[in-house]
Amino acid sequence: MIEAINDALSIKLDQDPDVIVMGEDVGYFGGVFRATAGLQEKYGKTRVFDTPISECGIIGVAVGMGAYGLRPVPEIQFADYIYPGLDQLISEAARLRYRSAAEYIAPLTVRSPFGGGIFGGQTHSQSPEAIFAHVSGLKTVIPSTPYDAKGLLIAAIEDNDPVIFFEPKRIYNGPFSGYYDKPVEPWKKHEDSVVPEGHYSIPLGKARKVIEGEELTVLAYGTMVHVARAVCEKKGVDADIVDLRTIVPLDIEAIEASVRKTGRCLIVHEATRTSGFGAELSALVTERCFYHLEAPVERVTGFDTPYPHSLEWAYFPGPVRIGEAIDKILSE
Amino acid sequence: MADGPSDNKQSGGERGNKPALQLHVPEPHYRPGDKVDFSHVEVPEAGRQPRPDEACAARETEALCYDLVRVLGEDYRAHGPWDPKLDADTLRTMLRNFALTRAFDERMFRGQRQGKTSFYMKCTGEEATSIASSMALASDDMVFPSYRQQGILIARGYPLVEMINQIYSNRGDKLKGRQLPIMYSSREHSFFSISGNLATQTPQAVGWAMASAIKGDSRIAATWVGEGSTAEGDFHSACTFATVYNAPVILNVINNQWAISSFSGFAGAERTTFAARALGYGLAGLRVDGNDPLACYAAQQWAANRARANAGPTLVEYFTYRAEGHSTSDDPSGYRSAQEREEWPLGDPVMRLKKHLMALGEWDEQRDEAMDAECADQVKKATKEAEKNGILGHGLHHPFRTMFEDVFEELPWHLKEQSEQAIRERETKFPEGLPKQ
Ligand SMILES: Cc1ncc(C[n+]2csc(CCOP(=O)(O)OP(=O)(O)O)c2C)c(N)n1
Repeated sequence: MIEAINDALSIKLDQDPDVIVMGEDVGYFGGVFRATAGLQEKYGKTRVFDTPISECGIIGVAVGMGAYGLRPVPEIQFADYIYPGLDQLISEAARLRYRSAAEYIAPLTVRSPFGGGIFGGQTHSQSPEAIFAHVSGLKTVIPSTPYDAKGLLIAAIEDNDPVIFFEPKRIYNGPFSGYYDKPVEPWKKHEDSVVPEGHYSIPLGKARKVIEGEELTVLAYGTMVHVARAVCEKKGVDADIVDLRTIVPLDIEAIEASVRKTGRCLIVHEATRTSGFGAELSALVTERCFYHLEAPVERVTGFDTPYPHSLEWAYFPGPVRIGEAIDKILSE
Repeated sequence: MADGPSDNKQSGGERGNKPALQLHVPEPHYRPGDKVDFSHVEVPEAGRQPRPDEACAARETEALCYDLVRVLGEDYRAHGPWDPKLDADTLRTMLRNFALTRAFDERMFRGQRQGKTSFYMKCTGEEATSIASSMALASDDMVFPSYRQQGILIARGYPLVEMINQIYSNRGDKLKGRQLPIMYSSREHSFFSISGNLATQTPQAVGWAMASAIKGDSRIAATWVGEGSTAEGDFHSACTFATVYNAPVILNVINNQWAISSFSGFAGAERTTFAARALGYGLAGLRVDGNDPLACYAAQQWAANRARANAGPTLVEYFTYRAEGHSTSDDPSGYRSAQEREEWPLGDPVMRLKKHLMALGEWDEQRDEAMDAECADQVKKATKEAEKNGILGHGLHHPFRTMFEDVFEELPWHLKEQSEQAIRERETKFPEGLPKQ
């Protein structure tokens, strides 16, 4: 996945002289996850550069660059560190088009590795997507495969609205099943690993059908798509798994179609439970598909605690939690 | 653990011989009713400040960060190396921009009191810090103002009617009635959309300037921020980015002594000057008499030339005084001595410029009176014109659907649904059609 991201950045830097890549350690070194490796060498120091450790500055400067006419792609090293830049995202980037009646826009794409499962402790593991989904004017994208990561990132960079692009770092190098006793197979061996060369994009707001099934709809994104799928396969559940890909804009048609077909809905995300994006999904499904539902909508999420270091796997919404929820829904 | 840090005793406590620490909470010199004495404010003689080369090393401006660049002397004549040597026509244009801004502020303040809008903010006494300084920029240099720089728009010839439409949030308002009054935006006049969140414009200005440099453009950026707002993290991020990338940007700090009811001490003014903030970052810094139009012009010109020559960013502190309340929602008599305004040692910028022009033999009382009358008339006409488009709360606003536009470039399904709901609600409220005005 990391190569797919690098490839997408390289293609856009190549195609569009207004694209700028910047962030802490992204220049010479190529980023702590190597997502920007080689880009500075290829495109020069004024197109790809390191920044001061100031998320407020990174986002604020990117808003100004966007207003000038550039398409900045700032990297926030870990999603946990996006908070110092929140005001610039929420009050400025998200509302610049609105408040200026489209005189000025902020077409930035903020890339940031997010989620846990890599022993990152409580400051390198968070999933803050619900904060952004709550803000009018921001789009939030979360890929779950290398193919999607490339196509969605290219679409995000080409989009004229500010986009938060969260990269599930647990699956940078291979899909994660959630069965942590099983080694992660690298993307190379995986069916979703095929990343075509050159430019392609995936429209924001279109979900992906991971597997077709009749018994149960699973709504998930990022790492949890793979975990949910592994659990369903192991349990032999005939699930309809919908990878949302973007939570704003949301593919409501795909969600409705699937839930109407199966009559049961499980929502899985890694972020904390209370006021998480699962609550929004649950409400939407209930409002729109109530008469098709044969069981209450269930949510499987992280706990409402900070992400613990040593007890990471106890926190993680893994196969046991998902399995129990599936049993509950199917037993209704 | 008895006397360890976890022994969190609230008061006094036995500390042996260790001295008890004391918290300092700043307190302004004068409160309501106090007699004012500004003799502690050092006002150096005009013309005495050296003018270093614009391409000098940032640290060569150190002395100027504690001094006060002044040009206009007690004799109302220009003195010393900072004299920008402006011709009489430019000075008269400047004076007219001052007068027009003052007339505009007067009328809009009254308009708020008459219920035509919800809110207004004057820049009385600070006109030079925006008008004189922006006149030293090119008209296509990008400005990232705060909310007290209406003078820049006026100096750049933005139609007064458009400003008033915005203040009234009427159907003529180009911002579709979304922004608080005075939060203008005009791309055509290289005037950035104003935010209500303080200091956010400062890193944005730096980013714009960086973008201009990345593209090999020749336009520079300038931003204005109040001294109170310099305490925000954004300002410090802006300084860091500006110096790191040698961005062609000017950071203007308007030290008008007050941030609503908090005096400048709460932004750190008791310990050092705002211009001196520049030094730690490696920016050039200038501290300027903000009520001296010629000094304001000269400082901005110096900084602009420096930025244009790729010699670096500059932080300019304008030492001035907020003569009026913070906004129409503020009553300064509740927290500061009314006498402050009268005793302010740097005078009034409009008066000083007028007397300068008179000292040059280029102006007289009759022309001044005529100009003031013309300005008042111009504002009155614009107000009448704008009122045809409606005033706040009187129903002549933009259509409902516009509320949902521009959240995103394209309307997504959930906003489409909500927009339909808003229209349905209106039909339920007014089944016989919209009420007549
Ligand atoms: C982030 C933020 N915090 C608080 C406020 C409320 N507020 C509006 S103006 C103001 C005072 C600003 O003072 P200063 O920067 O000195 O500018 P001045 O009004 O004196 O021109 C405050 C606290 C705000 N608008 N934004």
